[in-house]
Amino acid sequence: MAGELICRCRKRLASGFELSAALHVPLEAPVTVLFGPSGAGKTTLLRLIAGLERPDEGRIALNGVTWCDSESGIFVPPQQRRAGFLFQDYALFPHMTVAENVAYAAEPAGTRKLLETFGVADLAGRLPRAISGGQQQRVALARALAARPALLLLDEPLSALDAPTRQRARHDLRRLLSESGVPAIVVTHDRMEAIALGDWMAVMIAGAIRQAGPVREVFQRPADAGVAESVGVENVLPARVTDRHSGLLSLQVGSVHLAAVDGGETGEVFACIRAEDVALTRDPARTSTARNCMAGRVQSIVFEGPLARVELDCGFPLVAVVTAQSVTEMALQAGDALCAIVKTTSVHVAE
Amino acid sequence: MDWQAIWLSIRLASLTTLILLAIGAPIAFWLTYSPRRWKFLVEAVVALPLVLPPTVLGFYVLLAIGPRSPLGALYGRITGSMLPFSFQGLLVASVLYSMPFTVQPISAAFAAVDRRLLEASWCLGVSRFDTFRRVIVPLAMPGIATGAILSFAHTLGEFGVVLMVGGNIPGVTRTVSISIYDQVQSLNYGGALQTSLFLVGVSFAVLAITYALQRRVWAIWPAS
Repeated sequence: MAGELICRCRKRLASGFELSAALHVPLEAPVTVLFGPSGAGKTTLLRLIAGLERPDEGRIALNGVTWCDSESGIFVPPQQRRAGFLFQDYALFPHMTVAENVAYAAEPAGTRKLLETFGVADLAGRLPRAISGGQQQRVALARALAARPALLLLDEPLSALDAPTRQRARHDLRRLLSESGVPAIVVTHDRMEAIALGDWMAVMIAGAIRQAGPVREVFQRPADAGVAESVGVENVLPARVTDRHSGLLSLQVGSVHLAAVDGGETGEVFACIRAEDVALTRDPARTSTARNCMAGRVQSIVFEGPLARVELDCGFPLVAVVTAQSVTEMALQAGDALCAIVKTTSVHVAE
Repeated sequence: MDWQAIWLSIRLASLTTLILLAIGAPIAFWLTYSPRRWKFLVEAVVALPLVLPPTVLGFYVLLAIGPRSPLGALYGRITGSMLPFSFQGLLVASVLYSMPFTVQPISAAFAAVDRRLLEASWCLGVSRFDTFRRVIVPLAMPGIATGAILSFAHTLGEFGVVLMVGGNIPGVTRTVSISIYDQVQSLNYGGALQTSLFLVGVSFAVLAITYALQRRVWAIWPAS
């Protein structure tokens, strides 16, 4: 089902905040991340898509079906849009058991299987307040999917969980979303979450969509300085876990081996390195063994005020942001061979 | 003890409570969820019986349902009987008089239901009415029960309004409180004492149940 979600609308909130967003989401990507700092209007946009808010003007359409059009006065209520909405705190019905919550808008026959798929079958008779946050999240997702939605909208689905649970829940969520076959839009302000969950992403800043595209492309080629600042200039490198010992992972990126802190990841992963965390040296011999060293060539140098953005070719593209002063001191030029150094703790692994 | 008056009061209070639940719940719903800015005016009108002397309310009701008013004339043409000094007339007055005791607790209970639960329900494709029935009502049940119990108790003890609208017709409009007044007037202190004691007992029981429900002494409803 290759459709698209078109959303182009304006909405002024009582607080004076104005949202003016134009968004095209290709729905062949299983998970789209709506990324941006807090207060950027991500939740408002999600509520507009769900029909919980009415835009001042604009149009929203899914797969060619108009959900909202201010010019022709069309406004399809949320009940008929069937966009499953996952609230930040899950909004489970407190007076219903887990099974009743999931069966709320579905045939009871199908809910048994959903409970099992989501690993909450043995909690079926419990009330929502008697289960953990991670379990509540899975129940809420099962409840949304039980209603056979055309689209899933998730508002910061992991933010209500504590840090250790979040890591695991992120992994589970990605798997459950891909298996569901329902395209999902996930709101997050966490860049690791965006990388781990998303196939496609849209960056929202101050009420406007500033860039949209495949996740890696957005991280590697931010459209403007604002996007670059919010996503943090990131290197997102496809990698494979080859070995693990004494708490460290060995990653293969291209022909280079990197060490990273072992978070239990296996198989194909992404190694994420902030450009600010990449140091440059001409003399790799003087670096300690605990650091990762990647030999490469300077492709380009762009000065941005007191900083310089250096693009390297290490067999894969790698971006470093260093001070303009150090570029001058090292007399760096395009074509120079040097070594990029990254601390083990600066390599973040995302599955 | 005047069992006829007690039975009449219980009938009046029960019917008033049922009617108030039927019309009070929608009013409470509207007051809670309507985006209208002038809804505070409706709120004030609903609360008027709390501050008005029962005689004032009773007097206006008497005028409003009298045979010369359009409402009373219409009722007369349809039923062939008159509202003042009848049980039905008493019922109309009681409904108006006890309205705030139903509407206010129910409205507060509706407002306490997390709005996101309603939105979650709508997004699951469930209509507004079914959401009201399946989410709002169960979660607001303690407030609805409080509203019903208070209306019942308040109607059971009303005096001024009954006297203005219903008079004192045994078996038709003579309620418990009127009966006690009569007994005292005829110096039947023993009878008055008995009936009064009965009213005190019932009132205490009803209030005790109400506050116990609010404090969740019995786990009848799950905590929200």
